[in-house]
Amino acid sequence: MTKTTIEAPIPGTFYRAPSPQEPVFKNEGDAVAIGDTVGLIEVMKSFTPVVAEAAGTLVAFHVENEEPVMAGQPLYDLEG
Amino acid sequence: MADGAAMFEVVKPGLSTTVQDLGRPGFYHLGLPISGAMDRFALIAANRLVGNPDGAAGLEAVFLGPSLKFAADAVVAVTGATMAPKLDGVEQPGWTAFAVSAGQELSFGTLKGGARIYIAIAGGIDVPEIKGSRSTYALGGLGGFEGRALQAGDQVKFAAASGSAKLGVTVPEELRRIPPASGTVLRTMPGLYWHRITEDSQGSFFEDTWKVAPEADRIGYRFKGGKSLDFVPREPPFGAGSDPSNIVDSCYPYGSIQVPGGTEPIVLHRDAVSGGGYFMVGTVISADMDLIGQLQPHQPVRFQSIDMEGALAARREEQSRLGRLAEFLGG
Repeated sequence: MTKTTIEAPIPGTFYRAPSPQEPVFKNEGDAVAIGDTVGLIEVMKSFTPVVAEAAGTLVAFHVENEEPVMAGQPLYDLEG
Repeated sequence: MADGAAMFEVVKPGLSTTVQDLGRPGFYHLGLPISGAMDRFALIAANRLVGNPDGAAGLEAVFLGPSLKFAADAVVAVTGATMAPKLDGVEQPGWTAFAVSAGQELSFGTLKGGARIYIAIAGGIDVPEIKGSRSTYALGGLGGFEGRALQAGDQVKFAAASGSAKLGVTVPEELRRIPPASGTVLRTMPGLYWHRITEDSQGSFFEDTWKVAPEADRIGYRFKGGKSLDFVPREPPFGAGSDPSNIVDSCYPYGSIQVPGGTEPIVLHRDAVSGGGYFMVGTVISADMDLIGQLQPHQPVRFQSIDMEGALAARREEQSRLGRLAEFLGG
């Protein structure tokens, strides 16, 4: 098992759910497949999905819901 | 895609990648902003590296680079934000002209600093000129490639190279100007409706640290985190809204800082709206407008008061930077 830290591709505000009323895309401990949406980053008035480019188990988020994020900042850890 | 044709195909568009040149001046009074590169120096540098005239059209990509597959040989330079260009996955130097062979794919690493890259191709992007410019004004659906940001599958032509590229030459770091993540100063001439806020607020506006809001875009850069501004009491004049930040509709200069409701300053940029009913505390000087285009959300900024003499000196200094670049590249 190797742990990889996935970085934020763009800066903005990080959201873990598609809207405040809906469940989060992924919980810690969930399996992640390539192409899965892990969260959203809002920047320049639009929401860009953070799409997994590697598969594994999501072990930890480094950024909380609605927190600011910079490009290249660690976003979540994947084990697999 | 026809092999050998002077074009590239967009494999991935990035977040918002638009065709930009030095803009479309002369129509702002009709509501049509200048548009063009947010960081003009970076576009000019990229153009000079590939042997183009300063005003040739290139690509501006913000935060996330595109992937472009070239159908023909080309010479390319990437300037502006720190984001490594890659050819078929092999990293290339930034601020440097390099050759691309037909069939190769240009892509980018992650953003390490700044906000916007400029991609110049020898010959320039070949889209129709609208009112003397190839710049995209996306809000108006005008100019550039079909009036919009690039999308996957777009086939974009470039013209035949006219000048001689400076292959392998790198623009020295001391000529580049990218705001450090630790903080940036934007020099500002107080004025316009400066008298509308209290003396305390006039002080706090310049003392406070503001942070770039995620909404910041080509139309305006919004900032938050400083103290709200207090207004001098008044009877709203005829034609002004009831909010103390409202004025009788007025022209908005490029760089002007409006503060709706007194809370979040917005600096109008290249795709600015030309007029409206919000008061303005002053104007960011032209020499610092390029810097704004390289700010990422959440980066800290302070506004610093400067007078007209200082602003003109700063403008001369910016022009001399272009002169030093020309000297370095051998004219």
